[in-house]
Amino acid sequence: MPAPLLVPALLAVAFLVLPLLGLVIRAPWSQIGPQLARPGVGEALRLSLVSATLATLISLVLGVPLAWVLARSRIRGRSVLRALVTVPLVLPPVVGGVALFLVIGRTGILGGPLYAHLGVTVPFTTTAVVIAETFVAMPFLVISVEGALRAADARFEDAAATLGADRWTTFRRVTLPLVAPGIAAGAVLCWARALGEFGATITFAGNFPGRTQTMPLAVYLALQRDPEAAIVLSLVLLAVSLATLLLLRDRWLGRGVAA
Amino acid sequence: MQRLAAALAVLALAGCGASDDGSTADGAITGTVTVFAAASLTDVFTDLGRQLETEHPGLTVQFNFAGSSALATQLTQGAPADVFASADTDQMDVVTNNGIVSRAPKLFATNVLEIAVPAGNPGGITGLADLADPTKTIALCAPEVPCGAAAAEVFDAAGLTAAPDTLEEDVKATLTKVQLGEVDAALVYATDVQAAGDTVEGIEFPEAADAVNGYPICTLTDAPNPAGALAFASLVTSETGQKALAAAGFRAP
Repeated sequence: MPAPLLVPALLAVAFLVLPLLGLVIRAPWSQIGPQLARPGVGEALRLSLVSATLATLISLVLGVPLAWVLARSRIRGRSVLRALVTVPLVLPPVVGGVALFLVIGRTGILGGPLYAHLGVTVPFTTTAVVIAETFVAMPFLVISVEGALRAADARFEDAAATLGADRWTTFRRVTLPLVAPGIAAGAVLCWARALGEFGATITFAGNFPGRTQTMPLAVYLALQRDPEAAIVLSLVLLAVSLATLLLLRDRWLGRGVAA
Repeated sequence: MQRLAAALAVLALAGCGASDDGSTADGAITGTVTVFAAASLTDVFTDLGRQLETEHPGLTVQFNFAGSSALATQLTQGAPADVFASADTDQMDVVTNNGIVSRAPKLFATNVLEIAVPAGNPGGITGLADLADPTKTIALCAPEVPCGAAAAEVFDAAGLTAAPDTLEEDVKATLTKVQLGEVDAALVYATDVQAAGDTVEGIEFPEAADAVNGYPICTLTDAPNPAGALAFASLVTSETGQKALAAAGFRAP
């Protein structure tokens, strides 16, 4: 392996892995049992997994078509549209949370009428957690899928069209299978981002055990009083997310990504 | 009257401390002073910092405002700072027990909780009992941070079970929920209500007397700028500092 590639690569590995190693080395291993048995830990973990998965599903349903529009359609202002929908990537998540309030909060542009006429409020509910996570995570999926669409050979789609398939059929039968690995990779990225989401969630959904307190929020609050508990919780989140990703890779992503 | 007497007592103490040390005698205080202070002190301390900069040209006062517990964690993890001002004695104890405080912390103010409601009081809140009503949308501070600990004491003393919809990470985040009109009421410090201006109305309640937060301040052992640290701490406990604190709604210790 050429040294100009190997040395920076090793540095990158050290940079990314050492902090994790720090967590593992400094973890109060003897306390792991009692810490995990504390009330609320299981709840926070379950809530994190459920809300991140829901956010990923919503992102797939809405984000894949958006990626297609960005990559394949000829509509005007596409580059402006792309910049707009990737704004959540650069927006500080806390600002994203405030922005969500202004739209679907109790006094928000859409949330105001919703509350006044139906008595429905979104903030401080599990729904709000899913919305905040989707807002922050969906752009990751859109960008990945758009990249996959651009890299895919458009001649297959042309061939389908010449054989009489309409655009919807072409999308379903040709494009989708073609970019499936890209969609899978984007979904994983989206899920991981949603699982770790903190700023938009604590701002828009608040923090209440069992309802809106996801693992990152539990870790942050534990850090205020009991840093050791925070380390244990972080490790749990890490272990669960790593296990899920490895399992998925073996099960579904392995062949697809390799191809 | 009682308040004034208490303030004078503190001033006397502060005076003693300064003369014992005498490190500000030459008056050449320059460089940067880094102050870690509880979020509730944001406005007063920013003003006092500016004042100190005017008095000592060449001096820059830098602030890190956050929840006291987060600050205590940062300090015990070795964050470089000159002064620490906490919103409760528990978090000051965390720092003191770590042995990074150069002189005994001194109480410089107290604060009590107040009910904050959005302008116009849309939830029709009248007292603490409304914050135990599950049909109202209520924000409290998380029990891990000082304002949450104080809220828990207040509810205990009143024999009520709080019905919060969210437990916020610090007092300013709690207040923000009121300012945005997203909750019917929240428990924050009296000073936060005052600082929020017209967007928020405050409702005092008698049970608040059961949880009075003391604000201690200290200089730190590893202070990069010990003279600046002492100058800022002395300003806070001085008559000028006490006046500014009183104007912001703080009570004398």
